[in-house]
Amino acid sequence: MKPAPFAYAKARTLKDAVALLRKSKDARLLAGGQSLIATLNMRLSSPSLLIDINGIKGLDRIVKKGAEVEIGALVRHAQALQSDVIAKHAPLIARAIPHIGHPAIRNRGTIGGSIAFADPAAELPACLVALDGEVVIEGPRGERTVKAANFFKGLFETALGANDVLKTIRIPAAARDDRFGFAELARRHGDYALVGLAAAARAKGDTLSDVRLAYFGVGETPVRARKAEAAIARGAVDEAVTALAGDLDPPDDIQESGKVKLHLAGVLLRRVAQQLAEKPA
Amino acid sequence: MSVEAHDITLTVNGETVAETIEPRMTLVDFLRDTLGLTGSHVGCEHGVCGACTVRVNGVIVRGCLMLAAQCDGAKVETIEGISDSGQLADLQTAFERRNALQCGFCTPGMLLTAQELLATGGVPSRDTIREHISGNYCRCTGYHAIVDAIESVAQDRARTG
Repeated sequence: MKPAPFAYAKARTLKDAVALLRKSKDARLLAGGQSLIATLNMRLSSPSLLIDINGIKGLDRIVKKGAEVEIGALVRHAQALQSDVIAKHAPLIARAIPHIGHPAIRNRGTIGGSIAFADPAAELPACLVALDGEVVIEGPRGERTVKAANFFKGLFETALGANDVLKTIRIPAAARDDRFGFAELARRHGDYALVGLAAAARAKGDTLSDVRLAYFGVGETPVRARKAEAAIARGAVDEAVTALAGDLDPPDDIQESGKVKLHLAGVLLRRVAQQLAEKPA
Repeated sequence: MSVEAHDITLTVNGETVAETIEPRMTLVDFLRDTLGLTGSHVGCEHGVCGACTVRVNGVIVRGCLMLAAQCDGAKVETIEGISDSGQLADLQTAFERRNALQCGFCTPGMLLTAQELLATGGVPSRDTIREHISGNYCRCTGYHAIVDAIESVAQDRARTG
């Protein structure tokens, strides 16, 4: 047994989970556990209590409500991949998920866990930013909603407080003129990306508007490339690639130098620009 | 909510098992150390290598990234039970014939991962097979023979129905 000792409790409801969090100073929520248990095994974290939220009912649903798609925090990646609602109304998520981990990881890992953990090289936080989605949070004072742009605050840091539980994510359902693009580079399929890009735009005849490029693996949070967005909207792909130098400042990390990452960001932009230009079948 | 003891009851390879465990015990440690089912291997212990792959409630998971405490009420299947059931027999024969293993450390996990892909039906492309086993490290074969073995079984199963 590698983890340091901890206590274990099952939360039956969201309120139960919040109450358990309030009782303990350094408790952690256990959802899919695909990042958390690895950190426990490596003793990078040693909480006194794990609160297992897997038994909370109603958090594993994917529902289209009007012009939005709601994805419960406990929806597994594999479940989302098989969902008709996701395939039809959230095509960006459908494209991103095959890049997340491996089949056995996707069978356990949850959408909510991925968003709440906020790994800077993870796919779904960037998708949420590209889609201008929002996060529904249950806390000690009830429910609140936070826009994606305000949710990711820093390295593994989000708008979630110590006693908050992520309940649902909400994204706009894809409309007919919406275009999406997704690409990432990783040394091995399923590993965290060296650099990745999630993108959304609206087609207006032959041009694009509302271009949103959310890069991951290039900073502490998903990073919008706003100068490149403007260039892509004008159809100027070369200009957009050049503009990335002003948008992104990727730090060197264990995998690659910042300089190489910036170059790769341009490679991905060309691929994604092509996807955005294509009319879906 | 004690750090010390937690009672779980689950089925492992069809048999009901009731044990008292520490919350920090991972599923793979429980299977190996408590139940003596050593077919599931312990490699990296942080979800990268896939050697600890087992089935929980019908789908493959990393045995090192689940706690035994989470398996209360679950149906767990390991390579021992799944091998005995005969559902992997053709895959095991193909692995042997095509030298898809040398030391065998990755093989239990590799077989369970391959079986989940093959269970979806049809004959997957070699790229799809590679992508599907991307979470299972093999340090002996270079993967080529493993892809050959999985592909040949897919073709055989598609032929014979």
